[in-house]
Amino acid sequence: MIKRYFTKNDILLIAALLLLSGALMLVLLLSQKHGSTVVISVDGKDVKSFSLYEDTRFVIDGYHGGSNVLVIENGEAYLESASCPDKLCVNMGKISKVGQSIICLPNKVVIEIRGDSSEEEYDAVVG
Amino acid sequence: MNNSTKTSKITLYGIFAALAMILSYVELQIPAFFAVPGMKLGLTNIVVVVALYVLGEKSAFFINLIRILVVSLLFGTVMSLWFSLAGGILSTLIMILLKRCNKFSPVGVSAAGGITHNIGQIIVAMLMLNTGFIIWYLPILWITGVVSGVLIGIIGGIVYKRLSHNHDEFL
Repeated sequence: MIKRYFTKNDILLIAALLLLSGALMLVLLLSQKHGSTVVISVDGKDVKSFSLYEDTRFVIDGYHGGSNVLVIENGEAYLESASCPDKLCVNMGKISKVGQSIICLPNKVVIEIRGDSSEEEYDAVVG
Repeated sequence: MNNSTKTSKITLYGIFAALAMILSYVELQIPAFFAVPGMKLGLTNIVVVVALYVLGEKSAFFINLIRILVVSLLFGTVMSLWFSLAGGILSTLIMILLKRCNKFSPVGVSAAGGITHNIGQIIVAMLMLNTGFIIWYLPILWITGVVSGVLIGIIGGIVYKRLSHNHDEFL
């Protein structure tokens, strides 16, 4: 059945490609930088930002009266509780690396970790 | 293709280009599955893969080029034109190269095409938006590119087989 569509070379090629993507992911993960600021946006607009190095607790007013409780602790940010029904955002866990984000769709809240603005550029692009 | 006239060639290319455009349009109607922009089924690639095997390298390249230009003019923006061009040209060239190796079936060729399409788009996105952040989409788009590429390759392979069974009638 499989042989009808694939040749051995195809499988080797596909395996190599998948391995390459794994390697790429690994390189990206290892080169990840610890962020410095937590930026909160509601409905696409930045509303507030915090330093990742100061422990804070902040109640975010989400879209249509929803709310999420953001906690910054030991250089990590997470949502402690939320008004949304599915609690997906709370279950997304803690974030600390540049580019990581927690998203709460019902409340249209996005919490994103950013680095220093001068460090936005990557040293090298592997791909 | 030996005894085909110029007219039948033009007709055939027209059909392929039209088919590619329609599939592009169909794909535009399918909303993104996840929050990953650029993630696509790559339905159009069925036509490109089949054209590559049935009509040849040059035809596949130009059918895809025409498809991209027309679809971008009709439904796209200047931005989306560059994205499509980068992805389309890169993936078609890679598929031509792999097919020339004669070592891979349409499945392997199409899988590589699916990935390089996404790589091309990400490179353009990084250049245009001037940010390295987009590279984070690459591993995800890489894997979805393999999966959709394999599926498209299987479909393309079946279509090619059916077409070549009736070779004399159609071509």
